[in-house]
Amino acid sequence: MARIDLEHIRHAYGAKPKSENDYALKEVHHEWNDGGAYALLGPSGCGKTTLLNIISGLINPSEGRILFDGKDVTHLSTQDRNIAQVFQFPVIYDTMTVYDNLAFPLRNRRVPETEVDRRVKEIIEMIGLGGWAGKKAQGLTADQKQKISLGRGLVRSDVSAILFDEPLTVIDPEMKWVLRSQIKRLHKQFGFTMVYVTHDQTEALTFADKVVVMYDGQIVQIGTPAELFERPRHTFVGYFIGSPGMNVLPARIDGSTATIGGETIALNFRPEFKSGAKTELGIRPEFVSIGREGMPVAITKIEDIGRHKIVRARFADQPISIILDEDGDIPADPRIAFDQKAINIYADSWRVGGEA
Amino acid sequence: MEKTWNNKAWFMVLPVLVLVAFSAVIPLMTVVNYSVQDTFGNNEFFWAGTDWYVEVLTSDRFWDALTRNLIFSAIILAIEIPLGIIIALNMPKKGLGVPVCLVLMALPLLIPWNVVGTIWQVFGRVDIGLLGHTLEALGINYNYVQNPMDAWVTLIVMDVWHWTSLVVLLCYAGLVSIPDAYYQAAKIDGASRWSVFRYIQLPKMKRVLLIAFLLRFMDSFMIYTEPFVVTGGGPGNSTTFLSIDLVKMAIGQFDLGPAAALSIIYFLIVLLLSWIFYTVMTTSDAQS
Ligand SMILES: Nc1ncnc2c1ncn2[C@@H]1O[C@H](COP(=O)(O)OP(=O)(O)OP(=O)(O)O)[C@@H](O)[C@H]1O
Ligand SMILES: [Mg+2]
Repeated sequence: MARIDLEHIRHAYGAKPKSENDYALKEVHHEWNDGGAYALLGPSGCGKTTLLNIISGLINPSEGRILFDGKDVTHLSTQDRNIAQVFQFPVIYDTMTVYDNLAFPLRNRRVPETEVDRRVKEIIEMIGLGGWAGKKAQGLTADQKQKISLGRGLVRSDVSAILFDEPLTVIDPEMKWVLRSQIKRLHKQFGFTMVYVTHDQTEALTFADKVVVMYDGQIVQIGTPAELFERPRHTFVGYFIGSPGMNVLPARIDGSTATIGGETIALNFRPEFKSGAKTELGIRPEFVSIGREGMPVAITKIEDIGRHKIVRARFADQPISIILDEDGDIPADPRIAFDQKAINIYADSWRVGGEA
Repeated sequence: MEKTWNNKAWFMVLPVLVLVAFSAVIPLMTVVNYSVQDTFGNNEFFWAGTDWYVEVLTSDRFWDALTRNLIFSAIILAIEIPLGIIIALNMPKKGLGVPVCLVLMALPLLIPWNVVGTIWQVFGRVDIGLLGHTLEALGINYNYVQNPMDAWVTLIVMDVWHWTSLVVLLCYAGLVSIPDAYYQAAKIDGASRWSVFRYIQLPKMKRVLLIAFLLRFMDSFMIYTEPFVVTGGGPGNSTTFLSIDLVKMAIGQFDLGPAAALSIIYFLIVLLLSWIFYTVMTTSDAQS
């Protein structure tokens, strides 16, 4: 259990990075609090695995320092960092039994055999392989193998942190839910610092206290699920979180009004940004309402997805999505309005604040 | 699924059958034919039954040669398999070193068999050979023509030099098929170098090792070229292996009957031992 500080970490896989684009991690400067549960969310190739491998010491960063509880561990080996990590693809030791697979990390560290037995039995029940202890790991199915992988990550009780790299991708939804709550329970019980990589935003939002969103080798936002939803710091976070993602519309900003096409929208604050920046207005589909009042819009498609409807429309020549209640009506000449409190303004893709 | 039966399909395998018949079955049958008959030339043959087999199996000459063969193969396997594994483990996995190492490893395998013998024969000579002369200069009394021990060492070194590469290449193929994630997981799990070998690398190499083992066994058991070129079976009979003896018998003394019987026995021994190794190794795999 430890606080982990990443100080100005940059990493390039190639030997001599020339431009910014050669870096798989552009610059990560961040601390993971002791005992925190973090979800690391981001598109494919944004550097999530790279970041985890740097924390666990499988990769040495090109630049920057890593501290565990204030102690510099940048040059310590993986073994000495005492980190557990579950990989994206299942790794099992084919020739060992399920039991021995789980006992392996403990035995390597000379944990007394009675303690090994206690821990392994607990974990084996938890991952639902109770009846399989004596079976050879070789013939197991993909999801059983992944569970063993996961179990090996969870079996040590003294680790500084546990890193999960999309550990549940091959597991069926029902079991996924069970395992996720088990991991949460372990987190509560032992207070491990946990970092959980996922593509799946629901998984991220339900698992973590804090969600870390990465994009193109950078951390673009760290926040609670509510913060990510209401105040995305970067348009990417707006698109990526939420379903459908945030509407981001090119807008001209004058003082505290925004102009989209021919429509003028009053803001409840006065955004401040460098002049000449590309400005956009972001509004989540949840905060757009349809009625007889407001700005004209042309509806193109309505998707009924059960609890609510998603309306696809064109507004000022831009596509826009609107979420409507299941029993919500669309009048003959539909008009839309934006909830003023929910409007975010972006300059060059980054959110800008301002005075109210 | 319904299977269609069509006897024309036999024609498809006909070319292979013909090839195998001419290259293996017919010569083998000829040998069998010789082994049960006696001849005094003039193409006259007399039925001999199992006489030749009895003669071969009761001769000391046969048992001595067989013992030499078994010892030789055991030594070869005991050296080449571990050495091959060690070299494969230490070969680079990426970068410029890979093609360089692979070419270096393949070189001995590409040299024609009779050249191998000659190279070593010259290499080992005390008067003009680099090895022989160096050893002489170092004060080591090395002479493969007179000293049986030296003759054996020479043959073993030759075989190791010639064939360890095969084991290396097979093992290397097994090793590079292991994804990086396995090594990473092992680091996370705190595995020692030995555990990585024992639980990750060895299991991945098991299949190729079985092939390497069988190939090296059969090949070393049938060793002929090296003793033929370098020692000619001597000094005395110390390097007279079954194959050498066979040729002496058949070509040197023109005892076609006993030679044919010996060939058949030799063939059956190789077949039997290979089968035993194969069965033992594959079933132990299934159990463990
Ligand atoms: N071993 C490597 N050598 C060279 N480049 C690499 C290597 N591993 C990753 N990269 C590159 O670094 C970038 C980040 O990769 P990384 O695996 O960290 O992404 P990720 O966020 O984990 O993606 P995914 O969600 O697909 O797992 C990618 O552009 C990838 O191509
Ligand atoms: Mg990844």
